[in-house]
Amino acid sequence: MAKHTLIALVEDRPGVLNRMASLCRRRGFNIESIAVGHTETPRLSRMTIVVEGTGTMVEQLRKQLDKLVVTMKVSDITADNSVDRELALIKVKANSATRSEIMQIVDIFRAGIVDVAADSVIVEVTGDEDKIDSLLSLLRGFGIREVTRTGRIAMVRGSTSLGGADKGSSARTGRRQKASGE
Amino acid sequence: MKMTGAQMILDGFVKEGVEVMFGILGGAILPLYDTLPQFPQLRHVLTRHEQGAAHAADGYARVSGKVGVCMATSGPGATNLVTGIANAFLDSVPMVAITGQVARPFIGKDAFQEIDITGITLPITKHNYLVMDTASLPRVVKEAFHLARTGRPGPVLIDVPKDVFQEQAEYQYPSQLDLPSYQPTVKGHPAQIKKAARLINEAQKPVIIAGRGIVISNAYAQLKELAETAQVPVITTLLGISSFPQSHVLSYGMLGMHGLAHANLAVSGADLIVAIGMRFDDRATGAVDSFAPHARIIHIDIDPAEIGKNVRVDVPIVGDVKNVLSALNKQTTPAQHVAWIEQIDEWRRTRPSLNIRDSESVLPQYVVNQVHKATGGKATIVTGVGQHQMWAAQHYQYDDPNSLISSGGLGTMGFGLPAAVGVQVARADSTVWCLDGDGSFQMTIQELATIAQERLPVKVAIFNNGYLGMVRQWQELFHGRRYVATPLAGPDFVKVAEAYGIHAARATRRDEVAPAIAQAMNHAGPFVIDFVVEPEENVYPMVPPGGGLAELLEDPKKEGVKSPWPSTR
Repeated sequence: MAKHTLIALVEDRPGVLNRMASLCRRRGFNIESIAVGHTETPRLSRMTIVVEGTGTMVEQLRKQLDKLVVTMKVSDITADNSVDRELALIKVKANSATRSEIMQIVDIFRAGIVDVAADSVIVEVTGDEDKIDSLLSLLRGFGIREVTRTGRIAMVRGSTSLGGADKGSSARTGRRQKASGE
Repeated sequence: MKMTGAQMILDGFVKEGVEVMFGILGGAILPLYDTLPQFPQLRHVLTRHEQGAAHAADGYARVSGKVGVCMATSGPGATNLVTGIANAFLDSVPMVAITGQVARPFIGKDAFQEIDITGITLPITKHNYLVMDTASLPRVVKEAFHLARTGRPGPVLIDVPKDVFQEQAEYQYPSQLDLPSYQPTVKGHPAQIKKAARLINEAQKPVIIAGRGIVISNAYAQLKELAETAQVPVITTLLGISSFPQSHVLSYGMLGMHGLAHANLAVSGADLIVAIGMRFDDRATGAVDSFAPHARIIHIDIDPAEIGKNVRVDVPIVGDVKNVLSALNKQTTPAQHVAWIEQIDEWRRTRPSLNIRDSESVLPQYVVNQVHKATGGKATIVTGVGQHQMWAAQHYQYDDPNSLISSGGLGTMGFGLPAAVGVQVARADSTVWCLDGDGSFQMTIQELATIAQERLPVKVAIFNNGYLGMVRQWQELFHGRRYVATPLAGPDFVKVAEAYGIHAARATRRDEVAPAIAQAMNHAGPFVIDFVVEPEENVYPMVPPGGGLAELLEDPKKEGVKSPWPSTR
């Protein structure tokens, strides 16, 4: 069992996230994280889904997700050399005695402080999960009030693109023309 | 041109070649029904329960090759469709279901008869729509039919708010589809086909396992060509029955939990499995760890997600079965597998599965055998789910393409009678026999009224053993004969049929079986026969749950058995 990163290009329509998440649930997968946003192509959203499973299990999930009418393409990029990033906001207890020590730690992680209050600060950090986990463990000693994490987004290194020059792209062009003609 | 939403849907039906719809109306869908008289070319069959409408559309679709259409109102009407939609989903049946929904301003307010049917049917439809914009209806209808019938077929649901049916909008039926994300692979990969051909040409002990994909793809001729050229024995799944003529010398019947002994042994002994349009359901494979332990596996299916889902596959080919087989047939060379075929014949001789013992009482296997005899094997057999279904699968000889209609994946008790409605509507001039159990039959018994009202000459054979028989068999074999909640009392099926205005007879002894069947066949309209069968008869062979195919149990009551079939079966 290992963590897998799936990238799904999906239609930007109501209910699509529900279809994807519901399929993961009914095929017995627990979603570790899911991040959704717009892409370079209008009417297409991109989801980064992190799930745990064996290679065969995740390949089955990938194919089932790919089969949904709303998905353009689903890829498992776990084995690819990719840039993985996550953003976290961490509210840490801080007073005049601890604030500078917290700021030093934040600097080492190339994170930033985005809000300062009398007895707390909010730290913003970007990086892969390991980096965020280590920062969290260092800050834990000061007292963590609140954490929110975006979940992983990922992109394969190099010049290839997932929405690249395959059957999907010409079809999408057709779709755009249609859309503008409507 | 301006049209109401209701007119758009019905005009779309006409353009998509719909001739018949099955359904029940109600408040939310009333505007659609109110528009029906404007489309006299569309026939509506009123069922007595929405589940019946969905099963009827399912049966209709399976035999007509068209998309089956069912309709229901919002709330309970829609939820009643659910079992029928799930059944169609698991057996890959093309279906479009239209449900009425409360008017748009009421959505999300828990209005009267409001239910989130698109949410409910998300996991059991190929796709579904809630139409909030009347102008999108033409596109949605066109997409729905396309999705339902292409690729791996399946049900598509369109949920339409009442005020969308009534609202007017500009109408033009789209000439083209706009579904860039949906592009099923039809043509098999040439390199994979080449690999498969090599494996077939090199195999010593090959077996074909044919599934419903052959029927869906209309690939009977291509399957026959492959089997005959390479001399490969053909075994089928339950739903693959009637994909290959059972009187053919290379036909070796059904595999699986109640498959024939020689078929299960052949699969277990084979060195090559050519699996075509089937999905390695657990009822077909038995324990997957011991499935075909000596075989390499070629898997041909249109759904990429089926490849490698349940069993390891050596050569996957994604594509339409007919298309792939046509290409494959060009590369297979004539072969003989005399020793292998002789071995399977030997198993069939020494471990016969289709013998029927002498008995004064009515044996269910004998009833199936007599229905076959009386119809000359020319009927379309529709079944419910349970013991009778397995006997129907085993003891009738299916030679005509697509002549067994049964609920495979979902195993829906109550499928038989309403499915027979749809089958008879599609095959108006054919003999349709619904073989059903007393338990299964009572789950949708009210469709007798549909049969009577529509004057459908369906012949119904009830295998009345007074039990939920298949469960009773499991209780007998695996739960210490504790018959908890399986005995069924009544009703008098002859009186029930007569109350619906349908002729009926009862057979309680072996010698009454053939005359009752003859009476039914000679009667012009629908007919019900209550066969009071041996109550504790079991279905054999049986692979115990969790067991491998080769670990089958055979009928312990072997004395006095004889084969009613010529030696090739």
